[in-house]
Amino acid sequence: MRVADEPVVLGIETSCDETGIGIVRGSTLLSDAIASSVDEHARFGGVVPEVASRAHLEAMVPTLERACRESGVALRDVDAIAVTSGPGLTGALLVGVASAKALALSLGRPVYGVNHLAAHVAADRLEHGPLPEPCMALLVSGGHSSLLLVEDVTSGVEQLGSTIDDAAGEAFDKVARLLGLPFPGGPHIDREARAGDPAYVEFPRGLTSGRDMERHRFDFSFSGLKTAVARWVEARERDGEPVPVADVAASFQEAVCDVLARKAVDACRRRGVDDLLIGGGVAANSRLRAMTEERAGRHGIRVRVPRPALCTDNGAMVAALGAELVSRGRSPSALDLPVDSTMPITEIVA
Amino acid sequence: MLMLAFDTATPAITVALHDGWATLSEHHTVDASRHGELLAPAIAHVLESAGATREDLTGVAVGVGPGPFTGLRVGLATARTFGAVLGVPVHGVCTLDVVALATEVSGPFLVATNARRKEVYCASYADRETRVGGPEVARPADVASPLPVAGEGAALYPEHFPSAVAPEYPSAAVLAEAAVRRTVPLLEPVPLYLRRPDVAEPGARKPVL
Repeated sequence: MRVADEPVVLGIETSCDETGIGIVRGSTLLSDAIASSVDEHARFGGVVPEVASRAHLEAMVPTLERACRESGVALRDVDAIAVTSGPGLTGALLVGVASAKALALSLGRPVYGVNHLAAHVAADRLEHGPLPEPCMALLVSGGHSSLLLVEDVTSGVEQLGSTIDDAAGEAFDKVARLLGLPFPGGPHIDREARAGDPAYVEFPRGLTSGRDMERHRFDFSFSGLKTAVARWVEARERDGEPVPVADVAASFQEAVCDVLARKAVDACRRRGVDDLLIGGGVAANSRLRAMTEERAGRHGIRVRVPRPALCTDNGAMVAALGAELVSRGRSPSALDLPVDSTMPITEIVA
Repeated sequence: MLMLAFDTATPAITVALHDGWATLSEHHTVDASRHGELLAPAIAHVLESAGATREDLTGVAVGVGPGPFTGLRVGLATARTFGAVLGVPVHGVCTLDVVALATEVSGPFLVATNARRKEVYCASYADRETRVGGPEVARPADVASPLPVAGEGAALYPEHFPSAVAPEYPSAAVLAEAAVRRTVPLLEPVPLYLRRPDVAEPGARKPVL
């Protein structure tokens, strides 16, 4: 490795429906190219794995070329390849990992198979510089809802809690569909909610009651909330009354954000952590950010949220984690690196 | 010239290196669920055992199926990326044609490989180099034949394909030779899926009340 402090790393992300390739130099973002198959999934109301896998294959080389062009870096100047090897959709991950290995072999460089959730945490390095250690990370997306205590993003991440049923973003998608809003639901609910009354309906806050807090203090549940919204909407429809979409959207969003913010701040206070990072697609939600900043601020907890393009799935975050691994002298993965759809957060490099 | 060839459209992970005259090295493994793990080490192995380096490669040939999608894409993603990085052409060859080239049959025959879901990927040949029908995906009963049948399909469905002949799987050495000598049609490196993604649009919402 020529420059261990500022390695040039190319990162590949294909765990769901975004084909992302990013290039970084140390913690400096050089390019972040994305191709999304989201439009192909919209009519199915969710991501279809085979459709996503086919799209990844078609998008891979064009996205690679775009990432190189926009970074001004030639492939021969790349020091290492990093790729999401889990968790995610197996068939989708395989396209990224196969391409990463081909890059490694054809360039004669090491490949790091990395954890998708740890990459979301590392993304913030590109925006706000080195991560405070320790920091708390709330990762919320269509596939994940996790609270992580990060001592060192390259080796020590402890999962304090995660969803026991639906991910937060999944709840947004399902409620959006119920309200006749397009997929993916998050941005549409956020927009509708701005004109609505968040106290119009008091929807349930999952896993916040006394007994649940004993067993699931830092876990989430959004399935009951989704059903409660469906029941409320159907009762209105049955009675022939109009559904106040903005008010329901605002009330639902308030319930999700209340639980996320409450548990994240609780986790920081309980573990004596002063920095809270929010990542994943749901971090783009305006209410989540405002509510968390307000509640965290009361306890002197700083909140970091990367810009939306670095919160949703992207290749730059994978490259950022890869650069950190290279800088800290961590060993790369073997060429027989497998994908792991349920890769645990205790495993940062496969 | 130095052609790197591989195919991942059947349970075999087969890799070979060809210099325009002969196969320099090859590697063959059968493991239906580990294409993603085994292909890259096999490529590293054939390069190393031939004493070749990546910069020496002048082309890539890849089996484009038809075959189970997940494994098939491992080969295509690998081939396309090699081609893009090294700036060399990537040739696609129908996997069933590669099986056909290695048969020792005179006269017409079929190739049938495992398409899962009780179906086969199937093509018919007038001779080893001449495909006259297919490839298609079909139920074995609908393409049953007394002709010689190469490929894993014959072993899986002997009641419909009683005259099984070798080989069972494609060989990358044969694929490399075909790409070098252009004895079969060279295609774009685009997968022959032959099936649409298995998905239905959602119906009406299920009521919860």
